[in-house]
Amino acid sequence: MPNVRTRPAAPPVDAPAAGPSLPARAAEDLRAIRSSMERASLFTAVPGHGGMLMGLVGLTGAVLASRQADSGAWLRVWLGTAAIGVVVGLCAFAHTARATGQSLLSPTGRRFLLALLPPLIVGGALTAVLPGRGLSSALPGIWLLCYGASTITCGLLSLPLVPVMGVGFMLLGAAALALPPAAGDACMAAGFGGLQLLFGWLIARRHLAAGEAP
Amino acid sequence: MTAARKHRRAETPPLRLVAGEAAGQLDDVIHGRVCLAIVSALAARDNLSFAELKSALQLTDGNLSVHARKLEDAGYVSCRKGFDGRVPRTEYRLTPSGRRAFERYLGHIEALLRASRPG
Repeated sequence: MPNVRTRPAAPPVDAPAAGPSLPARAAEDLRAIRSSMERASLFTAVPGHGGMLMGLVGLTGAVLASRQADSGAWLRVWLGTAAIGVVVGLCAFAHTARATGQSLLSPTGRRFLLALLPPLIVGGALTAVLPGRGLSSALPGIWLLCYGASTITCGLLSLPLVPVMGVGFMLLGAAALALPPAAGDACMAAGFGGLQLLFGWLIARRHLAAGEAP
Repeated sequence: MTAARKHRRAETPPLRLVAGEAAGQLDDVIHGRVCLAIVSALAARDNLSFAELKSALQLTDGNLSVHARKLEDAGYVSCRKGFDGRVPRTEYRLTPSGRRAFERYLGHIEALLRASRPG
């Protein structure tokens, strides 16, 4: 049994006091408890510099894809870019998780991955079907929307910056669907290049400010 | 005032009594801001590493070490040191006594808040 001291009895709550009243202090404690429990359930090992690297891969893919004459070659360039982006992303996540003492396989890491996957699976399924039906031009909008949805869902279990980035992707996805197909690569460059670079930098800055690996 | 409200009012002890009683029972180890944050975080997760706690609660190494030790000394938190590959890893977990103390603390806070509600 621990030797725990208890506080001396407090004066009556309606007596004048210098600090906050007991109920106010209790409400403040409750807020602190809720906030600590929420933050402990978050997966914060989101890579900053790794995200920027993914942005550079996305920008390179957009430049290469915009130079392709036929839709088959265009699709292959983007699929190759996505494959490289996934490998870079996974390595960056694993590195940041190791550096911050977290793990992608911990319960929080697994929940993060599970939240990330469903919209990406939807995107993959549509990518397999739409080109065969002559709807390749809809893919940039769908990819941006799915990636944005995925970023928002996993971001709810992570740093507050992550879902904000997801909203940006979804807005770009909606724009890509509304604009003429020729604007698809520009929207992809803005999303998978620009947004990824910008938020990667912001996340790296946040990690550095907290004394963590960026 | 309705009969139900009158009845509820009659059942609720005066704030000064409940507050005085609850405050008199508040656990001094958990009551500190940092210790309360550590115990709350560990109540939400089965176990947390030093780095995870530090990152989630935005604490410095020194601050976390001092308060984690205080909770260990009270028997509320257990600490296990090991290695994750070659990297040293310190893992904290709430003990059954720590969980009970946390639940008691929440009960006291709830009692205070309930008693302070008008009506």
